[in-house]
Amino acid sequence: MNVQQSITVRGKDRYKSGVMEYKRMGYWEPDYEPKDTDVIALFRVTPQDGVDPTEACAAVAGESSTATWTVVWTDRLTAAEKYRAKCYRVDPVPNSPGSYFAYIAYDLDLFEAGSISNLTASIIGNVFGFKPLKALRLEDMRLPTAYVKTFQGPATGIVVERERLDKFGRPLLGATVKPKLGLSGRNYGRVVYEALKGGLDFTKDDENINSQPFMHWRERFLYCMEAVNRAQAATGEIKGTYLNVTAATMEDMYERAEFAHELGSNIVMIDLVIGYTAIQSMAKWARRNNMILHLHRAGHSTYTRQRNHGVSFRVIAKWMRLAGVDHIHAGTVVGKLEGDPNTTRGYYDICREDFNPMQLEHGVFFNQNWASLNKLMPVASGGIHAGQMHQLLDLLGEDVVLQFGGGTIGHPRGIQAGATANRVALEAMILARNEGRDYVHEGPEILAKAAQTCTPLREALDVWKDVTFNYESTDAPDFVPTPSMAV
Amino acid sequence: MRVTQGCFSFLPDLTDEQIAAQVQYCLDKGWAVNIEFTDDPHPRNTYWDMWGLPMFDLRDAAGIMKELADCRRVYGDRYIRISGFDSSHGWESVRISFIVNRPREEPGFRLDRQEAAGRNVRYATYSYAAVRPEGERYADQ
Repeated sequence: MNVQQSITVRGKDRYKSGVMEYKRMGYWEPDYEPKDTDVIALFRVTPQDGVDPTEACAAVAGESSTATWTVVWTDRLTAAEKYRAKCYRVDPVPNSPGSYFAYIAYDLDLFEAGSISNLTASIIGNVFGFKPLKALRLEDMRLPTAYVKTFQGPATGIVVERERLDKFGRPLLGATVKPKLGLSGRNYGRVVYEALKGGLDFTKDDENINSQPFMHWRERFLYCMEAVNRAQAATGEIKGTYLNVTAATMEDMYERAEFAHELGSNIVMIDLVIGYTAIQSMAKWARRNNMILHLHRAGHSTYTRQRNHGVSFRVIAKWMRLAGVDHIHAGTVVGKLEGDPNTTRGYYDICREDFNPMQLEHGVFFNQNWASLNKLMPVASGGIHAGQMHQLLDLLGEDVVLQFGGGTIGHPRGIQAGATANRVALEAMILARNEGRDYVHEGPEILAKAAQTCTPLREALDVWKDVTFNYESTDAPDFVPTPSMAV
Repeated sequence: MRVTQGCFSFLPDLTDEQIAAQVQYCLDKGWAVNIEFTDDPHPRNTYWDMWGLPMFDLRDAAGIMKELADCRRVYGDRYIRISGFDSSHGWESVRISFIVNRPREEPGFRLDRQEAAGRNVRYATYSYAAVRPEGERYADQ
């Protein structure tokens, strides 16, 4: 930017009554070096026409920390300079005239330990409605180790989840029960039984299956647990079904979760729409009760999808890892829902790695150390099928739940056959990968060969062979591979 | 029935050549390979008996295949599995596990139900084979 030196007004002039530009109040400090303990947020700021970009970015820092629209003398009763968020860098967004990346540092004392609600009340509180901005998006955050350590993190984590399920070395397989609404408890349990017996590890309630006239929650839980136990005895394998405990109140959710626990379920599920505080409460409940906690990201696309306004899903993924869920839907790349490959890769790394290096091509703007916080299992769900197994394994790796809802239940010879097709395709692909074969290119051959001894797989490949969802992504990283960006 | 624990139970039984390739994969990753056997394949039976210690220092699949052959000679009537253990920070657990030997007949499991209040059911899974004492479970095979 044109202004590279602090223009903050100092001394008693700073506190003269009246209105002063944010960039002169101490919210623009281009020579500030963020401390290791600072929370850093990266915003994409699109100022209204005629608004100075630096001033707009300083305003974001101000409105998400201590500022109000005018000078107040009561600042002088505090260590105000410490509490002011400081915008220390403003870059034009590549190929996007009128938008700017603002790097803003927040002192750790601004936040309550272990509270996503408190963190978000500052960072995405008032500031998103601020009039001088046309649009605002929270792109990424650097969470200091000192803050990460105040959160529980995933109740179970990938490693312990695998140990409890006794499943290693391959993605887990799941399916969402369909139709998502309308089945009675008894019929619902039938789908669960067939899918689990056929070879899936998990089945799943959909986000909006709670307790409706066609099926109250107790009916679902009872029949589902009959199905889980029957399938376990039929296969000698641990099985599970995500019982959605999302409800109107915290008391209702605890009641449902307790009932799932009493019935011997190993996993329960919640929706993102229940809110950050409820999610953290359920994460603590799950840790206390040896329960895996699945999160369905219902509602996220209302604010994650558009590139110029909202919150990036990579930030939601970071918050949810802190908040303590064990599973999170993080995209499929090849399926029916939004997902640019590089951006999705960034989400998966945030869930699963102990350290994320800055990687602009994946949309990851900061080094992030997770300080041994448990790993969060990403879930790939929505429009995927057995014929894509080589691509899924290549793009998403091994520590992921692959959920084939339609791809299981829509099989021409029934749900068990659909489940078996998926499991055989997966095991054949893992076997080939481990043998060192070029499974990405030889994928179709590997599947065809496995189908020679597995009719259900043959049929699945025939039905869905041409199904793809190739649409342009609305959310890809804005990144120009030049050395100047890679600071 | 067929117990479907492990990574490859839905595929036809692996040949020794296929098993050796998976073992080599583990060794190339730096994982310790472990051979375990049991005659109680209950899904919650975590601790199968170990055929010696995990082979932390063996770097050759052929050596492990020889151990497997020895194990099969003694316990060929039981389940035998191979696992790869990763001791690196953040994992310190099993990374892959697959069955390499099965009894000729797998009698499977019985599901018992105890009806409780409010339509609640207490489930218990019993291995038919485990009705007999350990070591005699697949004796007639």
